[in-house]
Amino acid sequence: MAHRLVSIIPALIVAGLVIGPVAAVLWRGGGFTALSDADADAVAFTVWQAFWSALISVVLAVPVARALARRQFPGRGALIAVMGAPFILPVIVAVLGLVAVFGGRGVINAVLGPLGLPRLDIYGAHGVILAHVFFNLPLAVRLILQGWLSIPSERFQVAASLGAPLFWLLEWPMLKRIVPGAFAVIFVICLGSFAVALTLGGGPRATTVELAIYQAFKFDFDLGKAASLAVVQLALGLCAGLVALLLARGDMLGAGLDRVVQRWDGSRVLDAVWIGLAALFLLAPLGALVVAGVPGLALLPEGIWAATGRSVMIALGAVVLTMALALPLATKAGEAASLLGISVSGLVLGTGIFLIVQPYVRPASVALPVTLLVNVLMSLPFVLRILRTGVDGAKADYGRLGASLGLRGWALWRIAYLPRLRRPMGFSAGLTGALAMGDLGVITLFSRPGQGTLPLAMYELMGRYQMDAAYGAALVLVGTSLALFWVFDRGGRVNADV
Amino acid sequence: MLTFEGAAFRQGDFTLEADFEIVAGGVTAVIGPSGAGKSTLLHGIAGFVPQVAGRLMWDGRNIAAAPPQDRPVSMLFQDNNLFPHLTVMQNVALALVPKVRPGREVQDRVEDMLARVGLQGLSARKPAGLSGGQQSRVALARALLQDRPVMLMDEPFSALGPALKDEMLDLSVSLAKGRTVVMITHDPADAGRIADAVIGVVPGRALSPVATQTFLTDPPVEMRDYFSPL
Amino acid sequence: MKKTLLTVAGLFAATTAFADGHANTLTVYAPDYFGSEWGPGPSIEAAFEEQCGCDLVYQTGDVLPRLLLEGENTEADVVIGLNTDVTKRARESGLMAPHGVDLSALTLPIDWDDDTFVPFNYSHTAFIYDNTKLDGFDSFEALLNAPDDVRVVIQDPRSSISGLALVLWVQAVYGDEAEAAWARLAPKIVTVTQGWSESYGLFTDGEADVVLSYTTSPAYHIIAEEDLTKSAAIFDEGHYFFVELAAKVEGTDNADLADQFMAFILTPEFQNLIPTTNWSFPAALPEADWPEGFQTLPRPETVLFYSEDEAAALRDTAIDAWRTALSQ
Repeated sequence: MAHRLVSIIPALIVAGLVIGPVAAVLWRGGGFTALSDADADAVAFTVWQAFWSALISVVLAVPVARALARRQFPGRGALIAVMGAPFILPVIVAVLGLVAVFGGRGVINAVLGPLGLPRLDIYGAHGVILAHVFFNLPLAVRLILQGWLSIPSERFQVAASLGAPLFWLLEWPMLKRIVPGAFAVIFVICLGSFAVALTLGGGPRATTVELAIYQAFKFDFDLGKAASLAVVQLALGLCAGLVALLLARGDMLGAGLDRVVQRWDGSRVLDAVWIGLAALFLLAPLGALVVAGVPGLALLPEGIWAATGRSVMIALGAVVLTMALALPLATKAGEAASLLGISVSGLVLGTGIFLIVQPYVRPASVALPVTLLVNVLMSLPFVLRILRTGVDGAKADYGRLGASLGLRGWALWRIAYLPRLRRPMGFSAGLTGALAMGDLGVITLFSRPGQGTLPLAMYELMGRYQMDAAYGAALVLVGTSLALFWVFDRGGRVNADV
Repeated sequence: MLTFEGAAFRQGDFTLEADFEIVAGGVTAVIGPSGAGKSTLLHGIAGFVPQVAGRLMWDGRNIAAAPPQDRPVSMLFQDNNLFPHLTVMQNVALALVPKVRPGREVQDRVEDMLARVGLQGLSARKPAGLSGGQQSRVALARALLQDRPVMLMDEPFSALGPALKDEMLDLSVSLAKGRTVVMITHDPADAGRIADAVIGVVPGRALSPVATQTFLTDPPVEMRDYFSPL
Repeated sequence: MKKTLLTVAGLFAATTAFADGHANTLTVYAPDYFGSEWGPGPSIEAAFEEQCGCDLVYQTGDVLPRLLLEGENTEADVVIGLNTDVTKRARESGLMAPHGVDLSALTLPIDWDDDTFVPFNYSHTAFIYDNTKLDGFDSFEALLNAPDDVRVVIQDPRSSISGLALVLWVQAVYGDEAEAAWARLAPKIVTVTQGWSESYGLFTDGEADVVLSYTTSPAYHIIAEEDLTKSAAIFDEGHYFFVELAAKVEGTDNADLADQFMAFILTPEFQNLIPTTNWSFPAALPEADWPEGFQTLPRPETVLFYSEDEAAALRDTAIDAWRTALSQ
């Protein structure tokens, strides 16, 4: 029972942290406000784009992840790490990178034009989906790759020696278990999309719920409306979560001793093509950012390095807090609860917490914990998605052995489970850190002049016409985020016999 | 004496009933068709499969509701016996202390036991660096070091070659002398080789133990569909 | 989501411990761009602290929503960086106090006698283009009549203050025909961005030929980059007036310092800092004292302006016209 409490309590905390603030905003706003036709359109568009973005991301991720799982080549680890970069890019930077490649004056049109081919127009609903796939394909690939790596290599040997169809025997059951969850997380992330949809959506047709909330809050100060829309978001996120949990049934494949085993199936050429295409798609916009950013490095103001330091500290704080919450939450109920956190508007969440704490303490005095908390809530869903595969596997494979040896509670985790979780923990810690690093939310907290962090500095430079310096700052940000990600992710793999 | 009093174990929608005694200090084999419930019986004794009826008595104490770690039982699983991320030393030391950095005294005892199972000098290796037979010995060393009166063996050596399997069975029984050993096997020859008694398992029910020689020459009537006498 | 969090965290932007409760600390709520290291904030802070012997602390973020959420518990003594399109709600909240500042020094192109909000700089919404690639447009009509391959990028009136100014501008020029005007502009609009920064980034990257910005934008390129290729198209129909305002908070526990700061806003010392830090026309400085790059900037002959009441009344109509036309 005590064990169950360990996971139930954090789940209740997470649910409370999400529902409480929404209720507070609703209460302050004087109850629900009826949604207009425009709001209904926004809901429809939001769901539509999130569905297609998530579907295309996971469908494309399957062959890419498989190719990465079964091919060894020099630089594979580095490629996997760098390909993860889009997921941790600040939206505005990523959009400008995408435009440099796919935009009207971008690389692709520069090639298409002289060939007499029709021009590519990135702006519109397809542009939104393209950008979301760009952002989320890395996450989908990593989640699914994690699934592949969780299949013990012995199973592949057995199947190969039997001449059995690998896909149906080993890979399909794994995919059935992993893909719905990956889809749900990406779907929910895309539900909250705002700046991407706006910039690449081409106009008001691409209005999302998040934008409607922003407008209700910023211009109308209609808190009832904002809360009503947040409830819609919650409902959508919850549905996605429940559907994913229902679909994601299937047995763990169990563990073996995981010796690296070469595989002989599949076409090398085809795998190379998949890896190549994915790398090109994900890295070309990054390349454009590097090209744009290098000249800007010389223009960076002195304060940028202190800002970088502050960002790193914040990222490390987020990692510690997220991991502490994520391990006990790595259960089905925990994962469902965590989806609440990311599905609801960060704006409403923050406003709600503000309203709740205001009568008791100065909001400013709890700014750090609250902002970190919002960040952690946003990170939890994909951290849990990553960890659960490993935790379930570790429990299935070694739970009984651990129990027969009298290992319990923390000792069981420390000796039996955590070492098996090094890879997923390193990966998710890296993601959390990099995301917190690139997140503007944590940053404004310190935004007295001269106290800002890196993404804020970048945004401010942009707002002051200093585009070149801003690109330089973006480059520093991407570099630091990637380094942080790499350190954690690598730390999870060094010496890990799993 | 390990006594099943109207006991029933349930795994999913499968139920296995047992109502008999296993004599302490001997070796008892469990034989039956696959899927009949041999593993359910052992995992029921170990506490991994919930007991839904009756009592399970050891030394006059009902252990039916006790969690696995509080039962007088050590177990050798069919596979996943070793933590792949821990060294041989660490894996075996877990029998004595829940620590990955055991103290000097524990290390000595582990080395001693490793020597007894024929693994001198291998304590720093990880499982992936051992042969299948060596891995079995590590698991055996740990089960022995746990020093519990009942040792359950869920076909831990089934992946080994016949000669190696026989060697491991002999080693297990000789080192576990004085303990109550319950082992699953699908090979009557194994039972004939080391077991004092045999429990036949038919789908849903475990039969009372019968002396090995009797079982092999005159099997219980319920077993005759599955098992022809020697 | 990330930008949203910016707003959220802005709500929590912290005063430091020493700043709180001290009689000689002035807390000013300001937008991020104003308070940032690269904005006017730091130099204004230094100049004011020198004369007041006090500590000026900015809290940056979304000024008005934060103020409304906090209500009478607000820590703000002064708010800065509001504009007339949102001041109506600020005024109606009753959280603002009369400024009591002598407005005779103002050099705005319109009359200003508001007793609550003090203007500190102004500009006009305008379309910026690269004069080496385009000939420019001398009227809104000319822009609407331009070929559809002219690529225009604007900001969303629902998330951006400049975007809102644009729809009011179109409303002022075209009135009931606003929707039709938007329909003519629509094919040229590459995209609509959340804020000004994204739009301007797309423009400087060459993704758009024309960007919605301000008449003062070329001054940055001229003065800071010695780049003369960026021009604002000056339209015959006139340009929408964009003024930034400051106000004193009713519940300030530091009324003297707040008054002192409000008065400081219209002094030459403050006003001289504005052009090259906030890249706008100073609100109370004779043209002769402007930096050279500003004096030569083309300015519209006609200035269009809605009072806050008019702007509030027209806002939904203007946004609907935009939304309907661009959703076709």
